[in-house]
Amino acid sequence: MAGRARAIGIRLAQTVPVILGVVVISFILTRALPGDPAVYFAGAMADEQSIQQVREALGLDQPLVTQFFLYFADLVRGDLGRSISTGQPVLTDLAMRLPASLELTLSALIVSCAIAIPLGVLAAVRQGSWVDHLCRVLVTAGVSLPTFFTGILLVYVFYYLLGWAPSPLGRLDFIYLEPPRVTGFYLVDSLLARDLETFGATVRQLALPTITLALFTLAPIARMTRAAMLQALSSDYIRTARAAGLSRGKVLFGYGLRNALLPVVTTLGMVFSFVLGANVLVEKVFAWPGIGSYAVEALVASDYAAVQGFVLAMALLFVTLNLIIDLSYALIDPRIGFDTK
Amino acid sequence: MTDATDIPDRKPDGAGAHLLHVLRENPVTLLSFSMFAFFLVQAFFGAMLVPHDPLATNSANALQPPDWTHWFGTDNLGRDVFSRVVVATRLDLTISVLAVAISFVIGSLLGAVAGYWGGWIDAVLNRILDTIMAFPLFVLAMGIVAALGNTIENIIYATALINIPFYARLVRAEVNIRREAGFALAARLSGNSHLRTLAFHIFPNALPPMMVQVSLNMGWAILNAAGLSFIGLGVRPPTPEWGILVAEGANYIISGHWWVALFPGLWLMLAVFTFNLMGDGLRDIVDPRRRT
Repeated sequence: MAGRARAIGIRLAQTVPVILGVVVISFILTRALPGDPAVYFAGAMADEQSIQQVREALGLDQPLVTQFFLYFADLVRGDLGRSISTGQPVLTDLAMRLPASLELTLSALIVSCAIAIPLGVLAAVRQGSWVDHLCRVLVTAGVSLPTFFTGILLVYVFYYLLGWAPSPLGRLDFIYLEPPRVTGFYLVDSLLARDLETFGATVRQLALPTITLALFTLAPIARMTRAAMLQALSSDYIRTARAAGLSRGKVLFGYGLRNALLPVVTTLGMVFSFVLGANVLVEKVFAWPGIGSYAVEALVASDYAAVQGFVLAMALLFVTLNLIIDLSYALIDPRIGFDTK
Repeated sequence: MTDATDIPDRKPDGAGAHLLHVLRENPVTLLSFSMFAFFLVQAFFGAMLVPHDPLATNSANALQPPDWTHWFGTDNLGRDVFSRVVVATRLDLTISVLAVAISFVIGSLLGAVAGYWGGWIDAVLNRILDTIMAFPLFVLAMGIVAALGNTIENIIYATALINIPFYARLVRAEVNIRREAGFALAARLSGNSHLRTLAFHIFPNALPPMMVQVSLNMGWAILNAAGLSFIGLGVRPPTPEWGILVAEGANYIISGHWWVALFPGLWLMLAVFTFNLMGDGLRDIVDPRRRT
């Protein structure tokens, strides 16, 4: 047990240089690139005087190294600057909108895992059957799909043609009231308020963007599950288990899938990178009030602090997610010690 | 890139015979090469071939469904969607080819140096690549374009930068395992400098897997650039570009004018699909053991 605690400690320590690197890149993006950051931060409507004010307020008249420490100190205090378009601190804006994005991303991942893992297992068990071919077609087509285009197609078919889906505008149809905010996840909040009608409306509104994102992430997860399962099934312990006369289900799920899941969990880290990017596009298509559409609005309005805050927040979110994946990996698999890497 | 049609003319010597065999064995690869040719023709001659001026507006004829004069219909300003989609091919391919070329060159240089000399160069490079990969890549591209300014060149630089880690890591691994190989040591012994050994003896071995990576990356670069312009970065309207065409069409999809968004989206998808299929095919040609 002590060894495991040490392993977790080492993994936590490995995160520190990555976070520092992220902060440095974000500093370079914000301050050190050609062009005058003060002009960006002051916004499109600023005059000479307000630009000068911004320059002094941000310490942009100081040397670069001093600027970095000022920037770092601001970050530690949670100060990402103030958004020009909303007038709020960027951190407040992001915190308000993050649950919407997380709700969408997590439901998409749950849906895609629920489809992709069984599909991958079936494709590996029945290699060369129609399930295997279906899996291959899905994998090749899935990586070619532009998410924003699939989203638009789904809107056309399910909203315009069939009329099954509500209009693709936001998290809740305007006839419903937002559930009282506890977690910010409408699915959870509406259940906590015992409001099944709002819950149903949330699910209907969530369905299309979730399917869009899920289709996009299906491919890598299914491909990895198939490959990992094939490898697990061809290993010696499976042969031993079969020879020992264990039931087919026990061999497949107790031994095969359990070992195959480890590389799949690792793939999830990479999938997150794609999902967080694709989120921006899907949120724009469905007018989803998450941090992705916040960043798009900020980009259009040249709201510089908001965009940079968003990039930094996404990077930190991604680093945290990867850390959680690695830690859970260590908890699942007793063979993993981090020192071997 | 070899054109699909001239392959049967080749003498069936070693590599040619293998190529022929793979193409005969796998019609999908043949299909992907012909689709690639189809897109190349559009990129080079699209502007001459299209029936209408892609920028000519005609408000009397706005939002017409597809018919014999306007194969893909017309958009909200009466512009011909077919002409716009075809003409856009050149811009989309140019952005992704340039982006992939830049990351290929820079990634190769960095990876080769780090893989051959190792030491602190290697350690520093790995840290930097890790940091780039610590960002969700599309989000990083957004940040770069926002910081550098909203132009097409900056879309290219951003797409190139987020692709560099893939090439650098690949080359680093390929160079590193051959650093002490017999032929590399022999090349050194016969008087080649380090640089010459690296460039002409070791690096060429990394090229086959690099070509596969290039093809797979091209599709991704197109998606990335189209995604950036979909959210309003880089390409400005009225310039035809697939991402922007889909974005313009998205406003009319909820009123049932499907053709404005469908056709550019379809073209974009086909282009990405072509490059992905080609990547798989190239992998078969390059490495017969890893057939999928």
